[in-house]
Amino acid sequence: MNIMSQEKLEEAVSGGMTAKPNEVIKMQGRKVGVFYGDKQALFDVDLDVRQNQVTALIGPSGCGKSTFLRCLNRMNDTIDSARVTGKITLDGEDVYDPKIDVVELRARVGMVFQKPNPFPKSIYENVAYGPKIHGLAKNKAELDQIVESSLKKAALWNEAKDRLNEPGTGLSGGQQQRLCIARAIAVSPEVILMDEPCSALDPIATAKVEELIDELKQNYTIVIVTHSMQQAARVSQRTAMFHLGYLVEEGATDKMFTNPDDKRTQDYITGRFG
Amino acid sequence: MTDAAIGSLPIASAPPRRDIGLRRRYAAERRFRWYGLAAISVGLIFLVVMLASIIGKGYTSFLQTSILLPITFDAQVIDPQDRRDTDPSVLVKANYPQLARDALAQKLGIALDDKPQIAALRGFVSDGVRTQLRDMVVADPSLIGTTRDVWVLAGANLDSAFKGQIDLEVAEGNRKVSDRQIGWMDQLRAEGAMAGKFNTGLFTYGASSRPETSGMGVAIIGSLYMMAIVLLLALPIGVAASIYLEEFAKKTRLTDIIEVNINNLAAVPSIVFGLLGLAVFINFLGLPRSAALVGGLVLTLMTLPTIIIATRAALAAVPPSIRSAALGLGASKTQTVFQHVLPLATPGILTGTIIGLARALGETAPLLLIGMVAFVADYPKTPLDPATALPVQIYMWANEAERAFVERMSGAIIILLVFLMAMNITAIVLRRRFERRW
Repeated sequence: MNIMSQEKLEEAVSGGMTAKPNEVIKMQGRKVGVFYGDKQALFDVDLDVRQNQVTALIGPSGCGKSTFLRCLNRMNDTIDSARVTGKITLDGEDVYDPKIDVVELRARVGMVFQKPNPFPKSIYENVAYGPKIHGLAKNKAELDQIVESSLKKAALWNEAKDRLNEPGTGLSGGQQQRLCIARAIAVSPEVILMDEPCSALDPIATAKVEELIDELKQNYTIVIVTHSMQQAARVSQRTAMFHLGYLVEEGATDKMFTNPDDKRTQDYITGRFG
Repeated sequence: MTDAAIGSLPIASAPPRRDIGLRRRYAAERRFRWYGLAAISVGLIFLVVMLASIIGKGYTSFLQTSILLPITFDAQVIDPQDRRDTDPSVLVKANYPQLARDALAQKLGIALDDKPQIAALRGFVSDGVRTQLRDMVVADPSLIGTTRDVWVLAGANLDSAFKGQIDLEVAEGNRKVSDRQIGWMDQLRAEGAMAGKFNTGLFTYGASSRPETSGMGVAIIGSLYMMAIVLLLALPIGVAASIYLEEFAKKTRLTDIIEVNINNLAAVPSIVFGLLGLAVFINFLGLPRSAALVGGLVLTLMTLPTIIIATRAALAAVPPSIRSAALGLGASKTQTVFQHVLPLATPGILTGTIIGLARALGETAPLLLIGMVAFVADYPKTPLDPATALPVQIYMWANEAERAFVERMSGAIIILLVFLMAMNITAIVLRRRFERRW
C-alpha cells in the first residue's frame, strides 16, 4: 500500500467517520467532469472507492452514473467527442496521466457490461483471451489453470466444465454474464466495474450474480451501477446517488437507505421519481 | 368457485361495431401483394427470355462438326526432296491441307484429276488442319508413310450447315454451301464419318480469322490474370483503407469528404477509369499496351470503392459491445480490430469482394481503351504480354459477320455467365458458412 492511501486512511479514521480501521481508498475522483462535445454530462464529482468493498452508483436514467463509471477505466476514451476534466486516481496515481498506459489501466480495472457480451468464440477462448494478450500464462497448463480458477470464482465452472469448447454465445443470459465476469477476473484486475450487470437477467440469474459479487469483494474492489434499489441495498457497502450529472450524496449503504441527508435521495429511493 | 357461481354471472354485451376500415386495409394489402407479384414476374420473364435466347443460340457452339478421315501421311507430299533429316523446317512448311483434301476426295470417291469436283471441296475441311497435322508429324515423324484415322475440323460453313443453321431453301447461288457439298455432307453423315464432337477448341484456341479455330483460351487466361491482380491489390488496399476509416480515423470533416468521394468513385462510369488507365499506366508509366497487368490495374481502381464500401458496412455491422468487451479487457485498439472485429466482418468483406470481382470480370469498356481489344493468337505467358478478356472476346465476336462467329459469341456469353454465377454462388456459400450470430 502506498503512502498516500495510508494518509487517507489516517484522515478517515481521525475524521471520526464510520469507516472501519482496515478501510483504504482504492480509487478516488476529484472534481470529475465529463463533456460530450459541448454538452456537459457530469459536474464536479468527488467520490472515493474503498478497497474490497462494493460501491453502488444509483440515480435516475441519464444522471451520469455510467459516465462516471466509464471514467474509472477510461472507456470514455473510445468516444471521440468525450472529454474528461478533474482528477481520478488509482492507488494515488492519476489514471489520466500521460505516463499511464490505458491498456495497463484496463488490465488493472476490469469491466462487466450491461448486456452480456461474450466473444463469439468458445467458453475457454473467452476466458483465456485476456491472460493471453497480457502474457499472464507461460504455457498451456498455466492457462488452463487460470481459466479453471476464473470460472470457479465466477461460479460457472460446474455448468461449463464439460462444454469449454462450445461457443460462449450458446449459454443462457445469466451464464453469459457470469462468463463475462470470469473473463474480467481472468486478468487478475484490482477493481471490477459493473455497469448494470443484471439488467438483462431474470431474477434467479440476478440472485446468482449478486451472490457472486458478494464473494468477489473479498479479493476485488467493485463499483456497480444499478437501477435496482434493492440490489444496491443487498450487495453494496457504500452508495453514491447521482442526479442530473451531480453527485447528490455518498455514504454507507445502511445510512443512505434509512436516513439519507438529501431530500432527492429520499425521494428517489422511495420511488417518488426516477 | 362453484359451477353455480360461474353460471350466475351475466355475460358482457358487445358494444356496437365501429367501422375501423378493415375492408379498405385488407384491399390495400391485397393490391400491394399483386404489385409485388407482378414486379417479380416481369423480372423473371425477362431473365427466362434472356437465358433461353442465349442458351438456345449458344449451346451448339459446344459441339464442333468434325470429319473422320483416313489420312495418308504421304512422304511425296510432305517431303518430296527427302531432306527432313538435314532440314527439320521441311516438316513445318509442308502442304498438309493437301493431305486432308486427298484423303477426303478418296473417301468421297472423287478422282484426284477431277478438277471441278476437287475445287468444290474447298472449305469443306477447316484450314486449321494445317496446324493439326503439322503438330502430329513434328511430334512423331515416324508417321510419315503411314495411314491414320484422324478427326479433323469441318470448315465453318459446313459446320453451320451440319448444325442446320443454313437455310437450304435459299437459292444455291445465294448461300455459302453448294448442293454438291450438302450431298457429300449427307453421305459422310450416313457413314458416321461426320459428327459433332465436344468443342474443346472453344476453350483452348486463341484468336483466329476462321471461326472453327478461334476460341477463348487467351481471353480466359487474360481474365484470370486480371482477377488475380485485382484480388491481390484491391482486397488488401480496400480492407486496410476501410479499417483505418472505420476504426481508427476520428470522424472529422476530412473523413466525411473522403467518404463522399469514395461513394462518388463507385458511381463513376467505367469508361472514365479506362481513360485514366490509358493516361496514367500506359502513357505516363509506359506499361505495355493490351497487357493484362494494365487491365488488372484499371479494374483494381474500379473495384476498390466497391470493396471499401462493402468492408466498411461489414465492420460497422459488428456490434459495438464486442469492441467494448475487448477494450475493457485491456486489448489494444489493433488487437481489438484484428482479433475480434475483422474476423466477424470477414463474411461481409468476402461477399463484397467477390461481387466486386464479378463486376470487374464482366467489365468491357475500360479494357477497350487500354488496347485489350486485340487479335491475340498466342497465350500470354506473363501479365505483361498482350491478352484479351472474356467480355472483350464477346464484343469482338459480336462484330464478326459469319454465322459461326455469332454462335461462338453466344457460347462465350454462356461461359462468362457460368463464371459469374460460380463466383456469386461462392459468395453465398462463404457467407452462409462463416456467418456468426451474436
